[in-house]
Amino acid sequence: MTPKIETKNLQLYYGAHHALKGIDFSANANTVTALIGPSGCGKSTFLRCFNRMNDLIDGCEVEGQILIDGMNINDKYLNVDELRKKVGMVFQKPNPFPKSIFENVAYGLRINGINDKKTLEEKVEKALRQAALWEEVKDNLKKSAMSISGGQQQRLCIARALAVEPSLVLMDEPTSALDPISTSKVEELIYQLKEKYTILIVTHNMQQAARVSDRTAFFYIGEMIEYNDTTEIFTNPKIERTQNYITGRFG
Amino acid sequence: MNKRLSQKIFFTLFRLISLMIVIVLFSILGFIVFNGAKVISWNFLTQMPTDGMTKGGIYPAIVGTLILVLGSMIFAFPVGVAAAIYMNEYVKEVPAKRFMRLMTSNLAGVPSIVFGLFGMALFVNQLHFGDSIIAGSLTLGLLALPVVIRTTEEALKQVDDSFRLASIGLGATKLQTIGKVTLPIAFPNIITGLILSIGRVSGETAPILFTVAAYFLPKLPHSIFDQVMALPYHLYVIATSGTNITESRPIAYGTALVLISIVLICNITASVIRNVLGKRNK
Repeated sequence: MTPKIETKNLQLYYGAHHALKGIDFSANANTVTALIGPSGCGKSTFLRCFNRMNDLIDGCEVEGQILIDGMNINDKYLNVDELRKKVGMVFQKPNPFPKSIFENVAYGLRINGINDKKTLEEKVEKALRQAALWEEVKDNLKKSAMSISGGQQQRLCIARALAVEPSLVLMDEPTSALDPISTSKVEELIYQLKEKYTILIVTHNMQQAARVSDRTAFFYIGEMIEYNDTTEIFTNPKIERTQNYITGRFG
Repeated sequence: MNKRLSQKIFFTLFRLISLMIVIVLFSILGFIVFNGAKVISWNFLTQMPTDGMTKGGIYPAIVGTLILVLGSMIFAFPVGVAAAIYMNEYVKEVPAKRFMRLMTSNLAGVPSIVFGLFGMALFVNQLHFGDSIIAGSLTLGLLALPVVIRTTEEALKQVDDSFRLASIGLGATKLQTIGKVTLPIAFPNIITGLILSIGRVSGETAPILFTVAAYFLPKLPHSIFDQVMALPYHLYVIATSGTNITESRPIAYGTALVLISIVLICNITASVIRNVLGKRNK
């Protein structure tokens, strides 16, 4: 079986700073992979390689192969906007647009040229259901997205990402700005979403990694130190540095 | 001297200075309102001047000023917003950006009479527009340009980057992101800048002196190649070189009051719009 996503000897430089050093990584479809490691270890940078968001940073150079469904996306002739439609992203802080709840979810569809009212309504409802938000907002779709709670906003952002039907979803510390109850809702959601999507999630929260992911990769100063099944990483890490990090001896 | 005492002395000093600014402003306003209110009437606002501008109204000057403001904004708004978008959203290279910003500030610092001369040389003579609404509007538009650019840039800078990232992350192009996310969010502040520059433009005399303003023209324009009267120039004329300066003095105060009211209304509208639209974004 071809892995859903794969990197081969991935090198990334911010100017003179060597931020990712030869990462060989692969993840299968319909799995959740957690990326953990101390701040500045390169895990978010690694995440952003899969939708080429690093392109927006001046002086960032990426070498090596990044494959999605066997196709190398680290190619300067690639249509990046098309790529980003297929790879959804959820950010650290909930960042809904100052528009209505409906328009937030419809945004990605509209920029794809879908403006038919009925299609939009169907897809928005579907995305909101997938993000487990429908029941809470179905009577208030016209309300401003800024008026709902932070946890609801983050699920709205997930719905917004899902509406364009990506196959891969990148989450960059999606619960770090949320309270514990909202966090557990989002975690539950991640667990359900893997039926249809492949998910990469960056997290600072060990318990979260252990709860939601199938596989876990530990990053340290630009290198992927250890990558294994989550249960293995947390119960039986092979490398001492991983163990030190997980047990909280540094980080 | 102990710290609390010196603190008190300085705070009192600052308070007095701030108070003085307010007093100066209110003295000017009070003086003009006191002298000008007497002549303000419906007729004054809607009649042509008569008797060598010592009687009658200032209707053509009001209309002229409104037309010039509108004309200058039709030019300055799209050009200024486009320039600000380019500088804030597209140019990455820092030296190029810094150079353009410096040039914008320099443009803002050019004395308005120089704009007037430039407008006369380019629009009136070189392009053969003659003394006309179009020449005056373009000259005023140039004058307003730096204000529009600067305020639009500030408005765009205030838009949180997370909105741009969210949009780009969904596969939107840069242009789509600007059109559907960045500009709508920045809109209230952009409009504020626009209205403030209207206030500035409506009071300028020097740029229209050689490009459009008529000394005495008791009729409304028919095309953009006609001349018009304008409030600031009319004020200048009847205060310094009218047929009978003493007799037309009340009209001068009335004109000043109308002009200052237009500017004040613009500024108040600006803050109302900012508050109302700003709330919608929350």
